[in-house]
Amino acid sequence: MAEQPVLDIDKLKTYFYLDDEKVAKAVDDVSFSVYPGETVALVGESGSGKSVTALSIMQLINKPGRIVEGTIVMNGKELLQMKPKQMTKVRGNDIAMVFQEPMTALNPVFTIGNQITEMIRKHQKSSKNQAREKAIELLKTVGIPRAEDIMNEYPHQLSGGMRQRVMIAIAISCEPALLIADEPTTALDVTIQAQILDLMADMRDKYHMSLLLITHDLGVVSEYADRVMVMYGGQIVEEGPTKELLRTTNHPYTKGLLNSLPNIDKHVDRLETIKGTVPAAFNFPKGCRFSTRCPYVMDKCLESNPEITEVGPEHYVRCYLHENGGIPNDESR
Amino acid sequence: MTNQDKHVAELTRDHSDHQQLLDQDTLISVKNVKKYFPVKGGILKRTVGHIKAVDDVSFDIKEGETLGVVGESGSGKSTLGRVILRLLEPTDGRILFEGADIAHIGNRKMREHRKNMQIVFQDPLASLNPKMSVGELIEEPLLVQTSATKAERKQKSIELLEKVGLRASDRTKYPHEFSGGQRQRISIARALALNPKFVICDEPVSALDVSIQAQVLNLMKDLQDEFGLTYLFIAHDLGVVKHISDRVAVMYLGRIAEIAPKDEIYKNPKHPYTQALLTSIPVVDTGEDTIQREKVKISGELPSPADPPSGCTFRTRCPFVHDRCAAERPELKETENGHYVACHLYT
Repeated sequence: MAEQPVLDIDKLKTYFYLDDEKVAKAVDDVSFSVYPGETVALVGESGSGKSVTALSIMQLINKPGRIVEGTIVMNGKELLQMKPKQMTKVRGNDIAMVFQEPMTALNPVFTIGNQITEMIRKHQKSSKNQAREKAIELLKTVGIPRAEDIMNEYPHQLSGGMRQRVMIAIAISCEPALLIADEPTTALDVTIQAQILDLMADMRDKYHMSLLLITHDLGVVSEYADRVMVMYGGQIVEEGPTKELLRTTNHPYTKGLLNSLPNIDKHVDRLETIKGTVPAAFNFPKGCRFSTRCPYVMDKCLESNPEITEVGPEHYVRCYLHENGGIPNDESR
Repeated sequence: MTNQDKHVAELTRDHSDHQQLLDQDTLISVKNVKKYFPVKGGILKRTVGHIKAVDDVSFDIKEGETLGVVGESGSGKSTLGRVILRLLEPTDGRILFEGADIAHIGNRKMREHRKNMQIVFQDPLASLNPKMSVGELIEEPLLVQTSATKAERKQKSIELLEKVGLRASDRTKYPHEFSGGQRQRISIARALALNPKFVICDEPVSALDVSIQAQVLNLMKDLQDEFGLTYLFIAHDLGVVKHISDRVAVMYLGRIAEIAPKDEIYKNPKHPYTQALLTSIPVVDTGEDTIQREKVKISGELPSPADPPSGCTFRTRCPFVHDRCAAERPELKETENGHYVACHLYT
C-alpha cells in the first residue's frame, strides 16, 4: 500500500513484572499498521494480549506493566517519546477509545451532557453554549432519541446500547484519526450489537476514521473488518485480508477457533476443540507458543518460535507448517 | 379473589386433571407459568405495578430431550429457569415434574424433587463457594440429600471428577486454582452428584472462550447420552443453542414468541423477532456453504417489562406491524407440525 499508515507499530513489547520475579510477556514483539479509512480487527481469546496492545497504544499501561521496547508512530509522530502532557493531547484528538463496559467507562455522578461537553471543551476551543450544541448534535448523530433530555440524564438511566452510543459520541467528538474499540459489543444483545457495529461503520465513513476493532468474535470480524490479525500468547500468529484469511486459514490456531464455533447453518454432532488451555503469559513454552495445544506439532516447533512469514498477498503466518505446504488436509489426524 | 385463593383453586383443579394431560414420556410440563415481581412506590411502599418477568409460559420437555431457550437480556429466560426449580416462587401456573405438580408444594416435599432437578449457572466463580475444596463442593449434595458414608462420597466425587475430565487429585484443590472452563466442569460434576434426571443450564458457556466453550458443550452432550439427562438449556447465543438443543423456544419480554424443532426454527423462522435474531448474528464467511440470509433489521430496544406494549409486545420494534397487533395479543398457535408461533401474521 502506497498510502502512509495512520498508525504504525513496530516490535512492541509490553511486559508485566509480577511480585515473584515472574515476567508476564503480555505483548511480545507485535508489529502492524493501520491505514486511513480501514477497519482492522485484532482477534484472540482472553489473555492473548489484544487489550494490552490497545492500552499500550494509548499509553494507559499501569504498574507493574511497562512498555519495554518498540515504536508506536501515529501520523508521523512517535508516541513513546512524548511527554505525558503531549500524550494527553493525542488521546481524544488523534486516537479515541471505546471500551467494553460503558457503565464503568462513564462517570456515574456526572450527567451525559457534562461528560460530552467536558471532552469537547478540553480539546477544542469553544464556549459552553457551543459545546452544548455540538454535544446535542453528536448525540443525534449516534442515533439517540430525545437528545436534549438525555443531556441531563445520568448513565444509569440509559440502557447498555444507549450507553455505548454515548461512548461513541464522546469518542468521535474531536474527530480522531483512529478509533480503538475494545470489545465494544460483547456486553450487548445481538440485535443491539448489530445496531452499534453498523453505527461505528457509519461513523468511520462519515469522519474518515480508521477503526481498530478488538474482539473475540470471528463473526463480527467477518462482517465488519477489512483486515484481521489473530493474536495468541502475546504475538500475532496470522494476519491478512479478512476474506482471504478466513477462507484459506494458514495457522492451526485460527483453524481451531473457526472449527470450534457452533454454526447455525451447519450440523455437526461434535464441535472440534482446541485441546488444553492458553498457557500463562509468564510461562510460555519454549519454541512455538501454540505448540502445547497444536494437533500438528513437530519437533522443530518445540525448539524455536517460527518467524512471521508471508504466505500469500498481504497474508502472513507464524507457523512452520507453511514450509511443508500448509495445514495438512486430513480430518483424521 | 386473592392470590392465595387462586392457588388453592388451581391446586384443586390440578389434582383432578393433571394425570391425563401428560404424555407418557414427558418429564416436565410447564403450564401457564407466571412470575410477576411487584414494583413498590410512594412513601408507603405500596405495590404500584408489576414487572411481568415470565408471563403465561407453557411447554413440555420429553425425557432425554434438550429444550433450548433463547432471548435477549430481560426476556425472562433466567427467571423461568429459577421458577421451574422453585428457586423463585411462581406467581401462577403449574409445573408438573414426572406428573406431580411442584408449583406450590411445601419445602420438604420440594427437597425430594430437587434430587432430580439441578442447575448449572453461568459464572462458576460466583456459584462455587471459594472456601470449599472441590471434593467438598461435589460431596455436599450427597451429604445433604443421601446417607452415603464418607468413603462412598469420596468414591463418588472421584468418579464424577473423572467423568467431567478432571483428575482425582483435583479433589483437594480450591475453585480459584482452576481456569474458567475447568470451574464449569466442577459445577457440572456437582450438579450430577445426585444422578438427577433434569438439569437446567443457565448460560453455562457464555463466560468461556470459544475453544473452551466447545470442550464444555461436547462434555455436556456426552454426559447427556451417558446418563440420559434432560436439559433446559438457557442461552443468548443462537449458535450454541442450535448445537445442543432438540427444540428451541424464543422468548421475548416474558413470553414465548416461537417454539419449534431446531432445524425447523433455524431454516424456517416465522416470528419476525426470531428472524431478526437469526440475521443479527454476524456469520463467519469461510467461503463454503455459508447461507446468505436477508437481514431483518429491527430498531429500538426492549421495552420496559413494567410497562409492556399492549397487544403484541414486539410490535414497537416489528417491521411488519399492523393495526391488529396493538389491539390483540397473539396466542401461541401451531402452524405446522410442532411449530408454534405467536404472531398475527400467521392467523
